[in-house]
Amino acid sequence: MSNFWNIWVWVLTLGSLVGCFLLLRMCLKNFAGVEEGESMGHSFDGIEELNNPLPKWWSTFFLLTIVWAFGYIALYGLGNWTGLLGWKSSNQGILNIAESKAKTLEYSLKDSGVLVQYDREVAAADAKFGPIFEAYAARSIEDLATDGDALKVGQRLFIQNCSQCHGSDAHGTTGFPNLADKDWLYGGTPEVIKETIMNGRIASGMMAWEGALGGDQGVKEVAAYVISLSGRSVDPDLAKAGKAKFALCAGCHGSEGQGSLALGLPMGAPNLTDNVWLYGGSKRVIEESIRNGRAGVMPPWKDILGEEKVHLISAYVYSLSQD
Amino acid sequence: MKNSHEKVEKNVGLFFLFTVFAISIGGLVEITPLFFQKELATPVDNLKPYTALQMEGRDIYIREGCSNCHSQMIRPFRAETERYGHYSVAGEHVWEHPFLWGSKRTGPDLARVGGRYSDDWHIAHLTDPRSVVPESNMPAYNWLNTNTLDGEITGKKLETFNFLTRNRSHKDENGNAIPLYTQAEIDGAKDAVKGKTEMSALIAYLQSLGHALK
Repeated sequence: MSNFWNIWVWVLTLGSLVGCFLLLRMCLKNFAGVEEGESMGHSFDGIEELNNPLPKWWSTFFLLTIVWAFGYIALYGLGNWTGLLGWKSSNQGILNIAESKAKTLEYSLKDSGVLVQYDREVAAADAKFGPIFEAYAARSIEDLATDGDALKVGQRLFIQNCSQCHGSDAHGTTGFPNLADKDWLYGGTPEVIKETIMNGRIASGMMAWEGALGGDQGVKEVAAYVISLSGRSVDPDLAKAGKAKFALCAGCHGSEGQGSLALGLPMGAPNLTDNVWLYGGSKRVIEESIRNGRAGVMPPWKDILGEEKVHLISAYVYSLSQD
Repeated sequence: MKNSHEKVEKNVGLFFLFTVFAISIGGLVEITPLFFQKELATPVDNLKPYTALQMEGRDIYIREGCSNCHSQMIRPFRAETERYGHYSVAGEHVWEHPFLWGSKRTGPDLARVGGRYSDDWHIAHLTDPRSVVPESNMPAYNWLNTNTLDGEITGKKLETFNFLTRNRSHKDENGNAIPLYTQAEIDGAKDAVKGKTEMSALIAYLQSLGHALK
């Protein structure tokens, strides 16, 4: 704050405190020309106005608030003066995260003379919870998946951060995978689950195939073939024509429609033979998926949650599909 | 003894003036100096202007009254930063006209919602919130799927933002302000948004929120 605004703040603040005091003092004086408690000479319907002063308890409290204000200023400062506590709520004026961290570090030193309330709060919480997370982070996900306390922490984190898409019971919904079954797009090993949460699955997605399949008829044929893969009855002629065109799909879904995971490929193309459907298994929806493609994305969480929390969520998710 | 307070008590105009002065002191002390503090008008390093589509999305956010229930202001309390991320700082908001900080949280804070959910989730959620969050009391905004943008005044909106931020933009090496939008961007704004749905514009805006502080 420039010198002008510093003086502005000081003058207005102290001025209004002094003003309040003078106003109170003036209002405590007896201007009426009659003794305190005596009649003012007015009487309305037999009710007489007496010259009563301001109640003592009220004017005392008024004075105390003024004294309180000076104590408050002494502790918390005014204008550019930071006060005896050196108190700040947070580090404002920072331009990037690195600056924020540098300031937190600088002010955390005992002789910095600055008390950043937010940083103190976080440091106290880190001292309390840090060792717990650290101990969990040192253990394997398989191990944590059998530890009831760790799973409770993982579940709480899951409900706060993951349930919006995957549901509070992790059973997913249309377009958002069920995490409690044994059907995986990218893999259900602890390592892969953690990798999926840490970095997300951003590059995934299925392109629109209507053009490449030669229009609506091609879409219908391939859809019929895809439905037949999970053992449902379809028009055999359509399915046969679709099978010939399925070669285009085999690059990701495999020649038998067994999915990219079975082939050891990383693109998350679902298994089409198991009658588990992410977007729905009706003829209409399957045709829609083929016609327009799908662009399901899992956001990365490592910057938002950090590895230690992701580790616990991974353990919780992993535990859901273990018997 | 003369009672000078009597003058105020018997003159309603004078009493009014003193009252206005007394209640404005708090604002004069706490708010006015902020307008002149450089660190509060300096954009954070990674602050980027809204694209034409994001700008239209922002106006839909305003039109639908999202800020009545969602704040965009993460306060410096651990309970908030654990859930939403780093607390909001002034430099993230220097190009905002008007501010969309909000003051009520019926729904969660959205200051760093960008990247937390997929576009598909936003479509499902805005079309029918209960389809993904069963306990939600947010209204459905399904008309966003069918309303399309014509982009007639998108370029003007960008021009207006150039004007409004002329003293708060980044500076080049000679200290001259760099406008938020080039003439080419302003000219291309209409084509950039024309025919897009309001849904895609609003999602583009939501996904842009909160990435400036890195």
